[in-house]
Amino acid sequence: MKKFLSLALALCLAVSMAACGGSASSSAATSDTASAAVSGSAASAGAIKIGVSGPLTGSAAQYGEGVANGVQLAVEEINAMGGIQFEYRAEDDVADPESAVNAYNTLMDWGMQLFAGTVTSDACIAAAELANEDNVFMMTPSATAVEAIAYPNAFRMCFSDPNQGAASAQYIGDHQLATKVAVIYDSSSTYSSGIYENFAAAAADNGFEIVAAEAFTSDSNQDFSVQLQAAQSAGAELVFLPIYYSEASLILSQANTMGYAPQFFGCDGLDGILNAENFDTSLAEGVLLLTPYVPGVDEVTTEFTEKYTEKFGIAPNQFAANAYDVVYAMKAACEAAGVTADMSASDICDAILGVIGDVEISGVTGASISWDAESGEPNKEPRAVVIRDGAYTAPNDAADAQEAPAEDASSVAAESVSEAA
Amino acid sequence: MQFISYLINGISLGSVYAIIALGYTMVYGIAKMLNFAHGDVIMVGGYMVFIFMVNLGLPAIVSIVLAMAVCTVLGIVIETVAYRPLRGAPSLAVLITAIGVSYLLQNLALLIWGSTPKSFTSVVNMEPLRLAGGQLVITGESIVTIGVCIVVMVGLSLFINRTRMGRAMLAVSEDKGAAQLMGVNVNGTIMLTFAIGSALAAVAGALLCSSYPMLLPTTGSMPGIKAFVAAVFGGIGSVPGAMLGGILLGIIETLSKAYISTQLSDAIVFSVLIIVLLVKPTGILGKKISEKV
Repeated sequence: MKKFLSLALALCLAVSMAACGGSASSSAATSDTASAAVSGSAASAGAIKIGVSGPLTGSAAQYGEGVANGVQLAVEEINAMGGIQFEYRAEDDVADPESAVNAYNTLMDWGMQLFAGTVTSDACIAAAELANEDNVFMMTPSATAVEAIAYPNAFRMCFSDPNQGAASAQYIGDHQLATKVAVIYDSSSTYSSGIYENFAAAAADNGFEIVAAEAFTSDSNQDFSVQLQAAQSAGAELVFLPIYYSEASLILSQANTMGYAPQFFGCDGLDGILNAENFDTSLAEGVLLLTPYVPGVDEVTTEFTEKYTEKFGIAPNQFAANAYDVVYAMKAACEAAGVTADMSASDICDAILGVIGDVEISGVTGASISWDAESGEPNKEPRAVVIRDGAYTAPNDAADAQEAPAEDASSVAAESVSEAA
Repeated sequence: MQFISYLINGISLGSVYAIIALGYTMVYGIAKMLNFAHGDVIMVGGYMVFIFMVNLGLPAIVSIVLAMAVCTVLGIVIETVAYRPLRGAPSLAVLITAIGVSYLLQNLALLIWGSTPKSFTSVVNMEPLRLAGGQLVITGESIVTIGVCIVVMVGLSLFINRTRMGRAMLAVSEDKGAAQLMGVNVNGTIMLTFAIGSALAAVAGALLCSSYPMLLPTTGSMPGIKAFVAAVFGGIGSVPGAMLGGILLGIIETLSKAYISTQLSDAIVFSVLIIVLLVKPTGILGKKISEKV
């Protein structure tokens, strides 16, 4: 009897602990953001409810936090303007598809009318399925996988994986950064392998050769010495990293120990690398990133950067910028479609889908952003940033910093590439 | 030259596995339980070193000693609270409790330190060794990890075979009941085992995070599982076996990444484990003990 009791207790403990993996952390995060939501919604009772789902905890938390902050800032600004009023709520999905479904359901119970999520691709694919069934208008700030917006009600603010892969290849080709390129990518992630495939397909057209394509999986993402050695012995001048920053920071530090200093080039997943606690930012000196948000590229972004930094005490990343633009896009779409707060989510979706093709906004991630009503893809110019002295800067400023070690980056003059066909 | 370089990387990775595996193998050998929370004690050790060294600015050695103290206390608390009440319970119950403790530690770490990765400052302040005109680079971390691994293994073997407490451990590992009848304090001995295992975990945490400087609440879990495999591979319960298993595992993993496929390395590592277990079920250096049923 006693044995049985202890076994049963142990089982309960194990099950509750396992459940903690998702729910404890998310409930903690929810209470955080719920209080934030109150401050963001104080404006009026007739507010349109925007739901946000993203990793507020877990290894991709910087992305989710950026998105939640960006949404908060935009909602507060829009509410202060009068006119359309918004209310928002952010749920934690730990970048995990199952948790994303739970987060989506929680948001629907809350009465979500517009869905600004989810932040990461795999989670977004799961949530998009439900959003399509419920016919809720969704615009993800940052889920780049093609499948994330497979349904007619789904749109995005960021570039898709094919777009990022092809645009990166074009950027490297246009600026003649290298002729021999190595790629280190995460074959267990849709995001990473999606970019890689399109990057590889576009390589030949842009006058460079992929001399090493080295994969890793999320279970073996600590030791990159083999991949780096393969890149080095293949003579790669540029290493393309279509991966997230936590692995990239390990790659940068291991390359530094090896004494291998190629040009590193990444996509939006690399954003956030400078904010990792205690990260030696000199390791990232000269790293190029293709990203829609370049601080200080024009007045709008400068103003956004200042307001955001003042409010949250940290510089915005491109996730925050995309999320900020998503809310303004939703505002523009609601105005164009004549949406009011008492309409159901499904009616709002139908109304917006009728006009989205004509909506055009000027935001912090592009001077002119419009959407293809069929595919849901945004039309805007990709931009690149380079890391100098521990900060993201526009590559044309980099020409002044001639002493920097990455010789190729400093010669980059133009700040944008035309969009890949 | 490249082969040697891969080999050294493999030995270095394997040494980290080996130190972690020593903790697994000791606890298994003496308490006959798989302490799946070991990987997470390593993570706690890593965070402790980070706090003492980076946040409080203490010297590396002092930080490691303090982290060892914290982990020792943690190990004793885990043993007393979670495992001791289950001493007579079926091994499945203990195993599940260990998994529970593992999740508990991970989620506590998530609440306390948050999810943003922390970039670890290496505890090793040593220039990499450059041989053959810079073609062969051996990092300071590799040298220190391999050195510490050997010292720990020799020290543990001496402790177990030469001291009274060590012999008490051997006695408990052979037969708990008989040891108790002979006047050995079984609970005290098992607690000591956990204390030593957890102190080693702190060292492993510091070395793991120095070689791979990224600290997350999940940092310990995958190396923990690989080290468990290493312990089984070398013969669980055997101290030299853990060391041999760890280093072989590291070499196999690195070489299969280099010459077969970077994606299949884990599959290859685990296939090797299965083959070894089919051919020699007790592991490479495992003692063949006829189990009393």
